[in-house]
Amino acid sequence: MSDPKLRNFHEAQWDEPIIFEQSVPGSRSMLIPDVSKEAAPVTGEVSGLMPESLKRSKKPALPELGQPQVLRHYLRLSQETIGQDINIDIGLGTCTMKYSPKINEQFVRSPKFAEMHPYQDDDTAQGILKLIYDFEQIMKEISGLDAVSFQAGGGGQGIYANAAVLKKYFEDRGEADKRTQIITTILSHPLNSAAPATKGFEVISLYPDENGYPSLENLKAVVSEKTAGIFITNPEDTGVFNPIIRQFVDVVHEAGGLCVCDMADYNGLFGLVRAKELGADMCHFNLHKAFASPHACMGPGCAAQCVSAELEKYLPRPRVRFDGTRYYTDYEDRDSVGKIRQFHGALSAVIRAYSWVMSLGTEGLKAVGETAILNNNYMMKRVLNEVRGITMSWAEEAPNRLEQVRYSFETMLKETGVSAEHVNRHMLDFGFQRFFPSHHPLIVPEPYTPEPTESYSKADIDEYIAALKKISEEAYSTPEVVLTAPHNGPISVLENDHIETVDQLAVTWRSYKKQHGKA
Amino acid sequence: MLHYPYIPNSNEAVRKEMLDFIGAKSVEEIYSFIPDEVRMKKPLNLPEAFTSEVTLKRHVDGILNQDSTCDENISFLGAGCYNHYVPAICDEINGRSEFLTAYSGDTYADHGKLQAFFEFTSMMGELLNMDVVSFPTYDGGQAASTAIMMSHRINKCTTALVPETMNPNLRSQLDCYCGGMKLVSIKSRKDGQLDLSDLKNKLSGDVACVFIQNPAFLGFFEEQCEEIGKLAHSVGAEYIVYADPSSLGVAAAPADYGADIACGDIQPLGIHMSYGGGLGGYLATRQEEQYVMNYPHHLYSIFENSKGQFGYARALPERTSYYVREKAVEYLGTCVGLWAVTAAVYLALMGPDGMKELGENILYKSNYAQKKLSGIKTITFPHKNSHSFMEFVVNFDGLGKTVAEINKELLKHHIFGGYDLSRQMPSMGQSMLVCVTEKTELSEIDAFVEALKKIL
Repeated sequence: MSDPKLRNFHEAQWDEPIIFEQSVPGSRSMLIPDVSKEAAPVTGEVSGLMPESLKRSKKPALPELGQPQVLRHYLRLSQETIGQDINIDIGLGTCTMKYSPKINEQFVRSPKFAEMHPYQDDDTAQGILKLIYDFEQIMKEISGLDAVSFQAGGGGQGIYANAAVLKKYFEDRGEADKRTQIITTILSHPLNSAAPATKGFEVISLYPDENGYPSLENLKAVVSEKTAGIFITNPEDTGVFNPIIRQFVDVVHEAGGLCVCDMADYNGLFGLVRAKELGADMCHFNLHKAFASPHACMGPGCAAQCVSAELEKYLPRPRVRFDGTRYYTDYEDRDSVGKIRQFHGALSAVIRAYSWVMSLGTEGLKAVGETAILNNNYMMKRVLNEVRGITMSWAEEAPNRLEQVRYSFETMLKETGVSAEHVNRHMLDFGFQRFFPSHHPLIVPEPYTPEPTESYSKADIDEYIAALKKISEEAYSTPEVVLTAPHNGPISVLENDHIETVDQLAVTWRSYKKQHGKA
Repeated sequence: MLHYPYIPNSNEAVRKEMLDFIGAKSVEEIYSFIPDEVRMKKPLNLPEAFTSEVTLKRHVDGILNQDSTCDENISFLGAGCYNHYVPAICDEINGRSEFLTAYSGDTYADHGKLQAFFEFTSMMGELLNMDVVSFPTYDGGQAASTAIMMSHRINKCTTALVPETMNPNLRSQLDCYCGGMKLVSIKSRKDGQLDLSDLKNKLSGDVACVFIQNPAFLGFFEEQCEEIGKLAHSVGAEYIVYADPSSLGVAAAPADYGADIACGDIQPLGIHMSYGGGLGGYLATRQEEQYVMNYPHHLYSIFENSKGQFGYARALPERTSYYVREKAVEYLGTCVGLWAVTAAVYLALMGPDGMKELGENILYKSNYAQKKLSGIKTITFPHKNSHSFMEFVVNFDGLGKTVAEINKELLKHHIFGGYDLSRQMPSMGQSMLVCVTEKTELSEIDAFVEALKKIL
């Protein structure tokens, strides 16, 4: 098959100064009404309205610009950013970069949602309450579990919320002191370790065997009366599906622990596998991933936390209820873990996810899952056959993949000196966002984890593969081209991009200026 | 298969071509390795789909249009979510596809995003007079939770002293998150100010931190803030101040009265309320190892290359759970990056004078509202001897009507009355927390007063 022509791409390079460097003292871009004429006769002068001890003595040294200059500055910065909308974002695997329908932006940007206060009388909020309630019913069906909360503001917070429910469950049973251990797999997202640890659990990580997933024997060796639960992703970030997941769950259940599924890698399973059939007691879905809410520069996102009937009472408050005629907010929190996030959570993601599901329905969701699998398997066969220097982890023992694959550039590195990171930087020169290598630790050397979701056409995938092939050819013929990339990005290579000590840190302009004698 | 607009490869001819290439007759054949025992036994039972955009829009609009918003009524609701004006450019920028649909790209492809993040932390640093500001977290409650756990990690003490009148939702969040810590409430004086004798009694060698909100949840400035900091430091505790950034054009930065850690919510900085969904937390400290190494968040540092270009990269990443999993100080996930971009735009638009005018506008209005309301003889202001910023408490005890009943009647006048404190803070009696912002017109305050007169 002939490859499509690659683009002669160059990302915008505005050489845009830091906004402080553009400040012209006295410039204004936002005026606030002066009400002193009407208010002061009633209140007295503003100087008398603040306690002396708290008055700000010096104005904050914020930049001062005109409105067109502020707009232009941030538009330029936007052009130096590559969103999913403007690139074939296959590279960022485990992130499920899919199309976020524009119609959904109209809903969340409408004043009918944006100008709602969370403490409004429920009678004035029947629409949003209905939408929350209805989407909870949908997520119950999609998970197969019995109750849902949307309070968690991202995948990590979703795992944390499940760890909080788990803790509360064992506290209620008087077993919290005994059930102190969580089991997870080293190839699950790191937050399956970190979030339960933040909740005070001890974490045991299982390593994969020659099949790409942990053996049942290894699991049995660590399960005990101390086991509170297992936090597991299936398929894991490598794309390998654990076919004996039910036996895993049974082993943990028999020991008195619960099973918590991280559905972060769910996109291929729509209409095929649910948390219920996996045997899970709890799970979470990232609405900003599989459910098409945009990733938004890393949030706001939302985790739909789904639990079994036995665990429902522990969910964060408030919940939304329906009495047959009216939707209402239920703040009663006697058994609840309390609050994970303020109010109802980041509902913009809930509205978008609801709209996305309602546009697809049962058949459409099945088409999402099947197309994600089709796209990935098409790409996998082409990459492994046509791109020199790439291999797949556990290729012989576990050759099947669903929606994503963890590849390795180890062969290319050995044969050419070009690493996965070098390839990654060079992808930009053809108009592609950076790819996701792997979570830590790097079990697969020189990792690369793309995920061609259902949003990409065959032509998109072909173009992406053409770039991979081109870079591979360069690695073997003119490696210096790859080693010095990116060539067409907003900045050239940052030769030194790490620090050793805290005093070298500069996360604010004032800190940078102090270190460089400019303060 | 139907044609699905969001699924380009739902095109049958293309599917066949791809399946032929793979060597499979169907997608089902590809996933045949999934064991039967974990497969669904019947299709999902979902509502019928609105497959065309025109019907989908009608459906979702039909739901959301049932609501009546703060724009369509006069709202006096605050209590942790604020009806500030959102400049048009904030929405213009955060609606840009490039920002809206970017994710975790870094130094090169997303250079502009990282510069915007850096400008966010830099401008917050000026507002807070602190050198280190984190990438924003989920909300102010999460920032406060991490601030308290940070203090525990620094001095190993296990007691956190917090005001008894702090935001109850924030308290609930702290109770959930701060495992292993003992949260002890400090009493308030009648005027709302912290009771320093109670604070002194509760200070001990095991106090990790003293935490206050300033302005307090009940709206007034905590005027003894410098003294509170000195007391905290006298026992080696960290002093944490939860500050509303919209007050910092007129109010002193927490660091200026001794705070070691500042935290709070950035929703007031150009982010719509969105039924409480527009929240985001900030955390700031001095640039010292004991603080920096205790941040769980990404810290984007500025670097210069040999061509004199600035670039940005995650600094000291081995602190974070992405690198060291359960060994990290706390977990870190996808939070609210788009709000960092938005708050940066907001602060750049406002500048020093805009922030000052904002604070003054609000000060005038909250005081105007109290003066006007004080004409109603039967209601009282428990904290009238303190200075309020944006919110204040009005008490209706002894009037024979609950706040819930009063608010129901106000609704008939298209007014959302203040937050009903009786549910979460019953000791306050029948009290409401009234909030005004720069969006509130003086005439709307007058209408509120007139409506209350009729109701009472």
